[in-house]
Amino acid sequence: MEPDGRGDARRALGRLLEAVLASRGEANAVFDILAVLQSEDQEEIQDAVRACSRLFGALLEREELFVGQLPPEETVMAGSQGPTRKYKVWMRHRYQSCCNRLVELLAHSSFQVKELALSTLMKFVQLEGIHPLEKPKWEGNYLFPRQLFKSVVGGLLSQEEDHSLLLSQFREYLEHDDIRYHTMQAAADTMARVTNGHPEVPLTFWNNAFTLLAAVSLPHQDSDLSSFYVKHAQLSDKWKVTHLKEHRKAFQRMWLGFLKHKLPLSLCKKVLVVMHDSILPHLAQPSLMIDFLTRAYDIGGAVSLLALNGLFILIHKHNLEYPNFYQKLYGLLDPSIFHVKYRARFFHLADLFLSSSHLPAYLVAAFAKRLSRLALTAPPEALLMVLPFICNLLRRHPSCRVLVHRPRGPELDSDPYDPGEEDPAKSRALESSLWELQALQRHYHPEVSKAASVINQLPCLPEVSIAPLLELTAFEMFERDLRKKGPEAVPLEFIPARGLLGRRDDLCAQHFTLS
Amino acid sequence: MGKAKAAGARTKAPAGARGGRARPNPNPFEVKVNRQKFQILGRKTRHDVGLPGVSRARAIQKRTQTLLKEYKEREKSNVFTDRRFGEYNSSMSPEEKMLKRFALEQQRQHEKKNIYNLNEDEELTHYGQSLADIEKHNDIVDSDSDTEERGALSAELTAAHFGGGGLLHKKTAQLPGGDGERPKSRRELIEELVAKSKQDKRERQAQREDALELTEKLDQDWKEIQALLAHKAPKSENRDKKGKPEPDAYDMVVRELGFEMKAQPSNRMKTEEELIREEEERLKNLEADRLRRMLGKDEDENTKKPKHVSADDLSDGFILDKDDRRLLSYKDGKMNVEGEQSEAASDGESAEEEGANSSEGDTEGSSGSDGHSDLEPDADSEEESERPKWGQRRAPRNRSTSGDLEAREAARTELPYTFAAPESYEELKSLLSGKSVEEQFLVVERIQKCNHPSLAVGNKAKLEKLFGFLLEYVGDVATDNPPDLRIIDKLVVHLYNLCQMFPESAGDSIKFVLRDAMHEMEGMIEAKGRAAFPGLDVLIYLKIAGMLFPTSDFWHPVVTPTLVCLSQLLTKCPVLSLQDAVKGLFVCCVFLDYVSLSQRFVPELINFLLGILYIATPNKQSQGYIPVHPFRALGKNSELLVVSDEKDTATWQTRSLALLWASGLKAPTETEANHTRLSCLAVCLSLVKHCVLMYATLPSFHDITRPLKALLTEHLAAGSHPCELQELSQSILTEMETHGTHCQPLICEKSKPVPLKMFTPRLVKVLEFGRKQGSTKEEQERKRLIHKHKREFKGAVREIRKDNQFLARMQLSEIMERDAERKRKVKQLFNSLATQEGEWKALKRKKFKK
Repeated sequence: MEPDGRGDARRALGRLLEAVLASRGEANAVFDILAVLQSEDQEEIQDAVRACSRLFGALLEREELFVGQLPPEETVMAGSQGPTRKYKVWMRHRYQSCCNRLVELLAHSSFQVKELALSTLMKFVQLEGIHPLEKPKWEGNYLFPRQLFKSVVGGLLSQEEDHSLLLSQFREYLEHDDIRYHTMQAAADTMARVTNGHPEVPLTFWNNAFTLLAAVSLPHQDSDLSSFYVKHAQLSDKWKVTHLKEHRKAFQRMWLGFLKHKLPLSLCKKVLVVMHDSILPHLAQPSLMIDFLTRAYDIGGAVSLLALNGLFILIHKHNLEYPNFYQKLYGLLDPSIFHVKYRARFFHLADLFLSSSHLPAYLVAAFAKRLSRLALTAPPEALLMVLPFICNLLRRHPSCRVLVHRPRGPELDSDPYDPGEEDPAKSRALESSLWELQALQRHYHPEVSKAASVINQLPCLPEVSIAPLLELTAFEMFERDLRKKGPEAVPLEFIPARGLLGRRDDLCAQHFTLS
Repeated sequence: MGKAKAAGARTKAPAGARGGRARPNPNPFEVKVNRQKFQILGRKTRHDVGLPGVSRARAIQKRTQTLLKEYKEREKSNVFTDRRFGEYNSSMSPEEKMLKRFALEQQRQHEKKNIYNLNEDEELTHYGQSLADIEKHNDIVDSDSDTEERGALSAELTAAHFGGGGLLHKKTAQLPGGDGERPKSRRELIEELVAKSKQDKRERQAQREDALELTEKLDQDWKEIQALLAHKAPKSENRDKKGKPEPDAYDMVVRELGFEMKAQPSNRMKTEEELIREEEERLKNLEADRLRRMLGKDEDENTKKPKHVSADDLSDGFILDKDDRRLLSYKDGKMNVEGEQSEAASDGESAEEEGANSSEGDTEGSSGSDGHSDLEPDADSEEESERPKWGQRRAPRNRSTSGDLEAREAARTELPYTFAAPESYEELKSLLSGKSVEEQFLVVERIQKCNHPSLAVGNKAKLEKLFGFLLEYVGDVATDNPPDLRIIDKLVVHLYNLCQMFPESAGDSIKFVLRDAMHEMEGMIEAKGRAAFPGLDVLIYLKIAGMLFPTSDFWHPVVTPTLVCLSQLLTKCPVLSLQDAVKGLFVCCVFLDYVSLSQRFVPELINFLLGILYIATPNKQSQGYIPVHPFRALGKNSELLVVSDEKDTATWQTRSLALLWASGLKAPTETEANHTRLSCLAVCLSLVKHCVLMYATLPSFHDITRPLKALLTEHLAAGSHPCELQELSQSILTEMETHGTHCQPLICEKSKPVPLKMFTPRLVKVLEFGRKQGSTKEEQERKRLIHKHKREFKGAVREIRKDNQFLARMQLSEIMERDAERKRKVKQLFNSLATQEGEWKALKRKKFKK
């Protein structure tokens, strides 16, 4: 029964469509089609969307829609223009309402409907681009259905729903240069509109916005801006859309518009992760990012670690002067640094920052001392990386070698180093020694112990690269230890086992019972 | 021999020729001196003096031996082939050749000419004496008579051989005379004689064989009926002996002495003290070995092995190729290559033997001396498992001690005594399922005994597999709900024994289960960013690994990964519930047990204990400690171990935590939960104390324990805990205070002074002086070859020319010889003709005269 009913409905829609397309007299049937769009049943909606797509697609191609500034419906109907003009204006109004409905459908609960609505809208965008609904102001004027497209982007950047799936569909349109350009503009406008006057913007909107923004990736060369979604007979040099510079401007406007708001921390992290790779190189003026990065750097914790990367690029490539940079970097070092996800990235950058031989000795010594203090709480995989790191510091800066080699030094009652001091200059690290590394020579893991023993004959060994150690995980270490074969047979315990909890003096037997 | 002599002669001849040249004062007229234009220092002159006469003679001699022979045999097609073994094989030394030939000859002699001839077997021996001799000894009488008989050679034969030749001579002398009856030739006669004697011999042999056969048959019959006549043996023996002459008493004694097994000199029985001392010595050795491994000394030794350093070594650490030769070395009078494997193996063997053969007193003694009263059943069951094997005669001694034991005994006797080793885990499980703890212990023990590697070939692999299965079974038992930990408690002993036998495969099995566990954890971390504490089985595996292998080694193939695994548990698994806390504390205990001997530093452990203390602290406003990774400063679990009801603090009593609790089978009441919290805290504090004592000697002890101090003072300030815990905290704090800080500035090890770089001169091989230098190696080689070819070519041409000259000379001499012969013959003919003529003329003259 059901399929028959649906078949009937579909056939009826088809008949209406034929009728409307065949003669202008049957134009009122459009209302019937539009009425189905309001239906509850998603199958019916889909049928109606397809019908609309065909109907208005055909009308756009035949140019049977009114071109130019659309006058209100009532005035035209009441006026004394010709019937053709009245028809076109009327039909354009129907098209308008259809588009509005389709944008509404982007928030539909069913993903198929959303997807279909999106593809239909994009088809309209394409057709409207070829057959513009506004009069060109001059010869060769670049026309793009901005209004329609803005409403599409506005629909995508929903405040209520997470549209990440739909946005990943939309990503393929972003391959086209014109779509990308207008998306950037529309997104910037939408964000400005949404945040204007609303102090509390829901997290979903930011997530959607980030997904869309992150999907935009600019080409690196100017030459290949030729893949257009709206086909043009020939591209003109005067069009903004053909210049990468304009794209960059739009890109920058979009990101700055996004980042000037107070973002939630999780989103901040996400932005910072892609910052150095896909945002900074494409900005027209990267130094404009400094506000955001400085703010992020001041937040502390993992966000600061991530901001470091962007800051590094600005300092390195764009002559950013950052006051008290090293002091802040020093402040970032806390026990959690060995446990965060971005450990490898942080130490890679820290290695870069501390590689300069013009750094003052007190600074390097403070870093070495602090890192070795922190190493007392680090897991073995981090130790394997941080111990060579410290040793590299000492090798690069021979004046810091007093930390491991202070002949004829006085015996001290306590460590002169002050761990609580925030300023590395006042931490008195140079007066101290790296006793922590000496303690770590008795670490349970043989490789850590060996790495810590390097300080005993520091001067004669060359610097080692820590790059392969950065990404080392405990699991890799475990696997490596498993695979390693000893030269001799497996040594055995010679005290025979008596029971599960071991001998009486074992801690297990002292503190645990079997039942 | 002749061959050897010939070879010797051949080798001698050239030596003589060479010696001729080196003679101190040769005839000055035979010497040709090659005058040198310039004296060049360092150049060895080889051809300054020549002996043209000698060398020419040598050349001619050589040609006559080779070329001339060829020339003479130029139209002969018959070839003489020398089939002496290895005659022309120059790769064999003459001695080898001789040996081989001798062997072949022997083989040819020993080859059985007849497959039915059984007497040509090789000699069999018994206690180093030939069996044939023994046999002879037995049949002295027979052989005597035999030799007597054999000794009487037929007169004809003797006549033919010794002195009887006259007859033959007579006959042969007659030979030319008498033509009528042609007598036999000497050869025929001898052949006849030989045939006759051979026949005689054959007959005798047949007789003897018959006799032997009969005796054997008799023996056989006798054996058959001997069983029936068990009591009447002496009589029947007598009857038997009637046939044979009775052996002398003396003979019997002699024979007895001869065949008596020589008693091997054996070690004297060791006294009790000696045994104890020996055991002590063994343990001391093992301990020394353990210490060596703990310090990782041998690794250092390996790396610091003095290496050959070239003078060109830039000391930049660049090594072209690793020298992987294994050098033969001796350590403690033992070859080093064998290492500990043999030692371990022998240990295991001896231990096993002890287990198998030890008398009851022994086992009892050992268990008694250990003083583990709770382990008594172990020893008992061991005894009882052995008992039924060696028969029921040995009655269980303590049967009467308790009725309960008797009942168990009865149940045990129902078990079969032998078990096939299980081929799969399911098989083992079916063997063990539904049995009591003791029975399971017994079953595994019997499997182990029935499949001891010394009993059959495949048993080793079977038992190796058994270890893996047992391990899996332990894991299964631990994951049961509720787990019966007593089974595991017993099975650990078996695991230990098996591990002693097969350390490699046991290590592999442990590694395998650990890898599984870690893999699971890694997957969880990747999926969720954090992992939950694993089940009890993994914890038990970790504990077992520490019991089977020495945990104090600097590096150990099994223990080191296990340590990483433990550290992972402590760093990656957040404590979300009380069970997690108990598990974490158990892991801490295991970890501390691991490092108890080596006293190594474990940062994760301190972090974890700090975290536990932190989540047991009620109000956290004023403290200088921020917990690290698995613990959070704020959040729902940040007050997990805070006692919720003050009243429970009063009722709490110190007791050990139940491991069973970690498997999380029961949801306790609030009071019980509070008690567990306090127990956890107690365990934690005592572990902290242990750590503080252990790490007191570390250089930065105070930096390590600073957060501990802060948290403990916080605890004390709160004062909500029972007084035992307060006292414990206080004692930890005082312990920390007592260790003063001594910060000795660090000093690097003095490195050896780097030796000055020295440069060995660059050596270039000079092939020829002068023009050949300065080109590439290939070019030089090519030029050298061309030069050599030219010289060789010239030499060859000269040789060929000389050969032709030699041949021409030979041909000429042949022709001259032939001509001379002809001339001689012609002369002779003429001569004879002349004589004839003369004679004829003389005759004629005579006639005329007449």
